[in-house]
Amino acid sequence: MTASGLKDAVAIVGIGQTAFARQLAEDEKTLACRAVLAALDDAGIAPGEVDALASYTMEETDEVELAKAVGFGDLTFFSRVGYGGGGSCATVAHLAAAIATGQATVGVAWRSRKRGSGPRPWTDTSARLPTPAQWTRPFGLLRPVDEIAMLARRYMHEYGVTRDHLFNVALACRNRANQNPAAVMYDRPLTREMYMTSRWISEPLCLYDNCLETDGALACVVVGRERARDCAEKPVYVHAAAQGLPAQHHGMVNYWNDDPLTGPAWTAARHLWKHADFTPREVDVAQIYDAFTALIPLSLEGYGFCGRGEGGAFTEQGGLEIGGRLPLNTGGGGLSEAYVHGFNLVNEGVKQLRGTSTAQVPGAETCLVTAGEGVPTSALLLRS
Amino acid sequence: MLSPVPDADGAPFWEYAARGELRVQRCADCGEPRFPPRPCCPHCQSFASAWRAVSGRGRVWSYVVPHPPLLPGYAELAPYNVVVVELEEAPRIRLVGNVVAHAGAPPDSVDPARLRIGAPVRAVFSGGLPQWVPA
Ligand SMILES: [Zn+2]
Repeated sequence: MTASGLKDAVAIVGIGQTAFARQLAEDEKTLACRAVLAALDDAGIAPGEVDALASYTMEETDEVELAKAVGFGDLTFFSRVGYGGGGSCATVAHLAAAIATGQATVGVAWRSRKRGSGPRPWTDTSARLPTPAQWTRPFGLLRPVDEIAMLARRYMHEYGVTRDHLFNVALACRNRANQNPAAVMYDRPLTREMYMTSRWISEPLCLYDNCLETDGALACVVVGRERARDCAEKPVYVHAAAQGLPAQHHGMVNYWNDDPLTGPAWTAARHLWKHADFTPREVDVAQIYDAFTALIPLSLEGYGFCGRGEGGAFTEQGGLEIGGRLPLNTGGGGLSEAYVHGFNLVNEGVKQLRGTSTAQVPGAETCLVTAGEGVPTSALLLRS
Repeated sequence: MLSPVPDADGAPFWEYAARGELRVQRCADCGEPRFPPRPCCPHCQSFASAWRAVSGRGRVWSYVVPHPPLLPGYAELAPYNVVVVELEEAPRIRLVGNVVAHAGAPPDSVDPARLRIGAPVRAVFSGGLPQWVPA
């Protein structure tokens, strides 16, 4: 590859998804097959041409099962990324690296998950012990929401961020979902009254600060830029890609370093912007991982849209709405479209740059997509 | 309720806690304390470490109040508090725990409305676990 590395070397040329619901009848493998075939159909590429795969370590359907079911060709690259929702963008990044370096030519990334009707991972008391759970779970810090609420409380205390700021995040996502017929919360408007009087899950976070629990699957197709020009849909280029695991980081229980409130977003962001031809100011729309509302102001700071401690204020005056400073999670995000470990954010980024979102930002040419903040993460800068 | 399942690195912490002692791993070469415990020092890469007693005085760095759905045993206690306490001698050593009314009291024994970031606390022990009482 040339000295320019990954910059615009590959494009996302196909996206596919199943329905999203609290409960779907089909199993995860079937849903994975449907999403992958939909993405290939969207791209106008036959399954037999696929030679690369990437998914999450938490994905239940393995490469062998998927490949033999949908009829892939010989695979020469397959990769899994760890840390749950931190891996979403990295699946595309790994395919980009493989294709840009000649290891493969047509890559598929996917995630299929029955988180709506399946078990909650935190109820498995054996899986998360002993490290670092020996330091947290005996004291009743049991769930991801508890771990993030601890950081959220400290963040609110240090910077004067309020529940109204977190509500602004929940509202922006819900408003976009209300425009998206595929979203779980399509016909369910949210009001400040509903938010402020909802039940607590882990104070200071309430029900509406938490993502949905969803069954569903998504996939996308990645090819080199030359091939992309011949595909059925307008290519969406991967302008920059990064993973992020900061020094002395501890995952969602990041309580043991000098500055627990700067997480993996900062690391991924430094790499992204170093390799990009544009700046945060020139990002037209963002799809930022929203398992919890509090991750949004932290990520806005991490990715450089505002300064340290300014993430709450950034959400004011409709900052995250269409027409605001940075339209956010335009399909509804994990909070209100579907929670499929952030893969819907990747596909929504593609829709924006094709001009086909249900909440289209007029003329959008650049989009940031991020994976989970608070765990080893990843991010993509997409451009049309 | 879940008991700690120590790994090789963490076992000494729990052995000291069972004797009512709060001790923190520290590098035997450069002296840097570290938590959670680990095989070698991220500052000087030494594998030599020692467990140093600390005063047990600290301040609440943050706290949460979990509500259901929770695991059995915890759901019955909810709402209870979980705190992160910053140790006086080593502010980067922050221990997760519960503020309780007195040693051996459950994590719902203090009104969550009384919790404040920055509040001084001190360590007590019950059943091999450190707990925190208002100092
Ligand atoms: Zn050392």
